[in-house]
Amino acid sequence: MASAPLATAYSLTVNGRPHVVAEGTTLAQLLSELQLDPRMVVVERNREILRDRDQFETLTLHAGDTLELVHFVGGG
Amino acid sequence: MTDALAEAHVLATDPIPDLPFAIAGRTFRSRLMVGTGKYRSNDEMVRAIAASGAEVVTVAVRRVDLDRTKDEGMLYHLDPQHYFLLANTAGCFTADDAIRYARLARAAGFNEWVKLEVIGDQATLLPDAAATIEATRVLAAEGFKVMAYTNDDLISALRLEDAGAVAVMPLASPIGSGLGMLNPHAIRAIKQRLSCAVIVDAGVGTASDACIVMEQGVDGILMNTGIAAADDPIRMAFAMRAATDAGRLAYLAGRMPRREVAVPSSPIAGMLGS
Repeated sequence: MASAPLATAYSLTVNGRPHVVAEGTTLAQLLSELQLDPRMVVVERNREILRDRDQFETLTLHAGDTLELVHFVGGG
Repeated sequence: MTDALAEAHVLATDPIPDLPFAIAGRTFRSRLMVGTGKYRSNDEMVRAIAASGAEVVTVAVRRVDLDRTKDEGMLYHLDPQHYFLLANTAGCFTADDAIRYARLARAAGFNEWVKLEVIGDQATLLPDAAATIEATRVLAAEGFKVMAYTNDDLISALRLEDAGAVAVMPLASPIGSGLGMLNPHAIRAIKQRLSCAVIVDAGVGTASDACIVMEQGVDGILMNTGIAAADDPIRMAFAMRAATDAGRLAYLAGRMPRREVAVPSSPIAGMLGS
């Protein structure tokens, strides 16, 4: 049985948990995979806040990246 | 109809006669600010907040729960066009953490305001004044409008104003305690000595607590559990709104002096002869 050639897998940390993506995955693709609306989350990559949502489409993720995806929840 | 009678009819339907409520140049339509935590359901929260009449609504910054993406964030429930979303740094125990949360909140893109909390102790949730002052200085320099949660301590409040806070938010009593205002003297001292807005935050348990807070002359009040944990949060939200207005009006009206002895309200003269 022939197996499809595998893209190199990158290991990330997303919200404190390991997460594997294919090489070349963009931030927009990751959010889409996680079913998150980019307008509804704030992304911090390696402690740097990504303020420009227009860059999500072109920003490719790197092996070892640590991402925090946060949003507003109920609080006092 | 006499002029006085005509005026009385108008007064009965007038909005509350008060000065506009402004912080750092921005005018807000309600002196009651409310939190969004601890409600039994989002539907109940939305209706209670509407009933409260509040414009400023606090939210917390947390990780998206990747296991339950259907458990949507607050933006799916509250319209940011209608409410002023005030992000908090609840849960932060260091100045650095609070600064990080504040920056994340600002990146959401709604405003540059933050309700700064740096908690000093897990058991009491009392604020760490020194760390709050430090974080206020950093955030104010970055252009944040900092509303700083703190103790009912005048010196901490003065230092926070010096550090650049646009509002100082002394507690009535510990977060979630519902004990009401424990030290009205301290709250009045803070209001009298500070130039920035003073908003009492935390500890209000029922409508009379809110009323007594506002009677001290503070600019506003922020509460969450007092509404959310009531048996009927929507009714309690109405009550808190009325109490906030009542306390504010009573403060503006100026209360009568307390007396140790009775003074009759009806004339002594004109009583029937025996």
